[in-house]
Amino acid sequence: MAISAKTLNETEFFYGHKACAGCGGSLAVRIALKVLGENAVAVLPAGCMSAVGFNFPQLCFGNNAIISTFAGTASMLTGVEAGLRAQGITDFHAVGFAGDGGTADIGLQALSGAIDRNDDILYICYDNEAYMNTGIQKSSLTPFGARTTTTPAGKNIRGNLRTKKNLFEIVAAHGIPYAATASVGYLNDFMRKVEKAKHIRGTKYIHILAPCPTGWGVSTDETVDVAKEVVDCGLWYLAEYENGEFTLNHQPKSFSDVSAYLKRQSRFKHLTDKDIEIITQSRDKKWEFIRKNFK
Amino acid sequence: MKPYLRDFIPVSFADIPEATAYEAGYLVTKNAGWRNVRPVIDAQKCVGCLNCYLYCPDGVIYRDGSKVAIDYDFCKGCGICRNICKLNAITMEAEK
Repeated sequence: MAISAKTLNETEFFYGHKACAGCGGSLAVRIALKVLGENAVAVLPAGCMSAVGFNFPQLCFGNNAIISTFAGTASMLTGVEAGLRAQGITDFHAVGFAGDGGTADIGLQALSGAIDRNDDILYICYDNEAYMNTGIQKSSLTPFGARTTTTPAGKNIRGNLRTKKNLFEIVAAHGIPYAATASVGYLNDFMRKVEKAKHIRGTKYIHILAPCPTGWGVSTDETVDVAKEVVDCGLWYLAEYENGEFTLNHQPKSFSDVSAYLKRQSRFKHLTDKDIEIITQSRDKKWEFIRKNFK
Repeated sequence: MKPYLRDFIPVSFADIPEATAYEAGYLVTKNAGWRNVRPVIDAQKCVGCLNCYLYCPDGVIYRDGSKVAIDYDFCKGCGICRNICKLNAITMEAEK
C-alpha cells in the first residue's frame, strides 16, 4: 500500500523543537523520521535542525540523534553504520539531515567519499537556499538574484550573481544507487521517496527544497504554498536517479508565472523585469535538458 | 517514542547528567508562548483528510478518532494548517 497521511506512523519523533514557526526544514525532518521509524539513527551537522533540536537539557528527537561536525555529516553516518553493524545490529537506518550549506559547500567531500564507498546510509539535504541558522548568508545553493546578507541588493548588484549549484546531478554523477529531489510542498512524493530509499542498500541521497519564512521573506503560513509554487513554475523539479537513469516524477502541464513566485518573497522583490527574464530563460533551458535526458 | 514534557527540570550543576544530553525525547519547555494566534478546528466541517496533520512542521496536530485535534502546548500558530485545509475547517483566533 502506498504511504500516505493515513498509513503514516502516528508517532512523532521530532517534537517540541525550537524551529521558527512555519519552518520547512523541520517539516522535512519530521516526515522523514516518521517514515523511517524509531530505529532511525539521525546525524545532524551544525545548522538549523541541530540548533533547534538539541537545546540542553532538552532533546527533541524521540529516536537516537547526534550532532556531527559541520563537514562530517556523511563521514559520521559511515561511522554510525559501521559501528552498529559491528555490534551485530541490523535493524536500523542511518540518516543524515544537513542543510544546503552543510551539503553543497562544507560537507560535499564527505558526502562524495561516502557515495564512493557506497556506505549503506541515507543522506537528506533540506535546502532552504542559504545559511539560515547564522543569519541568511549565501550558499552555493542560493538561486540567482536572491538577496542574502552576504549578497545584498543594491543599485549596481542585485542580490546573488551566481546560479544554484546542480547538486542532484552532481550526486547522480557518482553513480549512486538512489538519488531524488523533492519539495515540502509535495509531501506524498517525498514520503514515497524516503520509503523507497529505506529499502535500498547502499548510499541514498534525497534533496528536498524546504522554504524558510525568515530568510525568504514570506509569512509563516506560506511555507507549503511557496514550496508547491516553486515546482509549479518550473524553478524546481521532482525527479529520481536510479540504475543510471533519470526519471521525472511530476510533469507540470504548463508553468505558472515565475514573477508571481519571485515577487511574493522579499528576497527577490528588488529584481527587475530583465532579471526575471534571465531567470525564466534559464528555467526554459533547464527544462529543455530535462525533457531530453529524463524519462 | 514521542518526546514529552518531563517533571524533572535541572536547576543546579548536580542535576546535570554526566553526558552531553538526557535521554531521547526529553522536553523541558513548551512552545505555546510563541504564538499570537491559535488554530481552531471546526469539527462540523472537518472530514478527517489529515492534510493538516501531514503538513504541520511541529507535528502538533494528531489523529483523534475520525478527526484531528491540536496539542496547544507546542503549536506555534504558523497557520500552515489553515491554508492547507480545503474545507476551511480551521480558523486562526487571536490569543488573549
